[in-house]
Amino acid sequence: MTGYLRSDGRKGIRNVTVVVYLVECAHHVAREVVFPSREQGVHLVGFPGCYPNAYAHRMLKQLCTHPNVGAALLVSLGCEGFNRKNLLEEIRATGRPADVLVIQETGGTRKTIEEGRAWVAAALEKTAQVPRVPMQVSDLVIGTVRGGSDATSGITANPAVGRAFDLLVQDVDCVVFEETGELIGCEQIMATRAARPELAPELIACVEKAGRYYTTLGHGSFAPGNAEGGLTTLEEKSMGAYSKSGNSPISGILKPGDVPPSAGLYLLDVVPDGEVRWGFPNISDIQEIGELIACGSHVTLFTTGRGSVVGSAISPVIKICANPETYRRLSEDMDINAGRILEGAATLDEVGREIYNRILRVAAGEKTASEAMGHAEFSLVYKSFEPIGPACLPR
Amino acid sequence: MTSPSDPRLLRLHAADNVLTVIATLEAGTPIRVGDAEVIVPARLPIGHKIAARDIAAGEKIVKYGAPIGSASRAIAAGEHAHTHNVQSDYLPTFLREDQTRYFAQHHS
Repeated sequence: MTGYLRSDGRKGIRNVTVVVYLVECAHHVAREVVFPSREQGVHLVGFPGCYPNAYAHRMLKQLCTHPNVGAALLVSLGCEGFNRKNLLEEIRATGRPADVLVIQETGGTRKTIEEGRAWVAAALEKTAQVPRVPMQVSDLVIGTVRGGSDATSGITANPAVGRAFDLLVQDVDCVVFEETGELIGCEQIMATRAARPELAPELIACVEKAGRYYTTLGHGSFAPGNAEGGLTTLEEKSMGAYSKSGNSPISGILKPGDVPPSAGLYLLDVVPDGEVRWGFPNISDIQEIGELIACGSHVTLFTTGRGSVVGSAISPVIKICANPETYRRLSEDMDINAGRILEGAATLDEVGREIYNRILRVAAGEKTASEAMGHAEFSLVYKSFEPIGPACLPR
Repeated sequence: MTSPSDPRLLRLHAADNVLTVIATLEAGTPIRVGDAEVIVPARLPIGHKIAARDIAAGEKIVKYGAPIGSASRAIAAGEHAHTHNVQSDYLPTFLREDQTRYFAQHHS
């Protein structure tokens, strides 16, 4: 396995050029800039809001300087609140080719699209020169998320991901699980796995915060399709989601954009701090994947029972299908059939090992099902966080 | 309670009082739940739960060895255990047809 060496020492498994809209009003232009080169690893990300937001700024900074990213073009309308100058300097400081096009200054839609496409073409030539260096499994950060869960998710795909995570932790990788809103009901059990005594109450507090947030909103992280798939309550879904984390000790808690400081298993706290201000913490699975990537995830493991088809900008998504009936309907969109476990055709350990091996192949360049079909979803909305406390990270 | 001999029903933990259907059961299918034989009254898709024994109203529903909610009414052994007879102890479960109720409660 080789990786693309970046100036901060991290290594990427992809060499993506990102085009970034800094307000919804620049979205169309940025999308048009990407269009002709969308199959050459040029991805669209951005932030829709006109009002400035520290979380959104940090997210885009972390994404534009992610090890899988080789160059970044910012597209601004010109009047939005986003501090484009600051973001551009932060990206340039890493040595990556980066620039900003301001639509109001460039002369409108057509001229900006033309300039943007020319910039991307030149950037692709530059990023092709990035040196490739040997890369170890231990250089990888792996995230996991679930979406479109049904009651098979917690029996097959999620515990199989847990087995793969246990293998990765042995390899001294960084692995990250998240969805604090979907750990409601599991907080006491999870706290017993804290690697240090002071971390246990922090793990509980993080899930209790999620509980308060969702209670204020009056709706848990539970979609009608979850119930159609046999899940009855939020805590049942939580128990299934929790099994994704495997059995290793939990080393710490991250917030979106925090890169794990050392190897181990981390919980990503995705629920904003402070009073409930921003609506649902994550409006869709896509936003959660983006947050895992902002923490440095090279690959995201996505478990699904009902059958999600999504992928992501920047980092490949490996989809692990929990339900054998769903797999038969959507096999083209799936990478791993964990539903075989229910049919007695494979064990959890075997599927865990299969996931681990697939991660290595994807890291070596093999395309995932969603990558091959051009999926490169992205979503980012308003949030706010306080910095992570000292008790949450390894000493 | 002994584990069911029916291979289409999965008990995830010894303490569980519900079993998971691991192959879709069509209406009219006979299944063995503990010592009793029960006829499935309506199609039970993969992943759905049935009561492993009689469960009283208010009793905790246990799956993975952990409480996942409470019985909102009595559930007979072999009966489908789902949103019509099980409720969350944390946050209500809203189905698509419940959205008017959710919108009314939250002034949306």
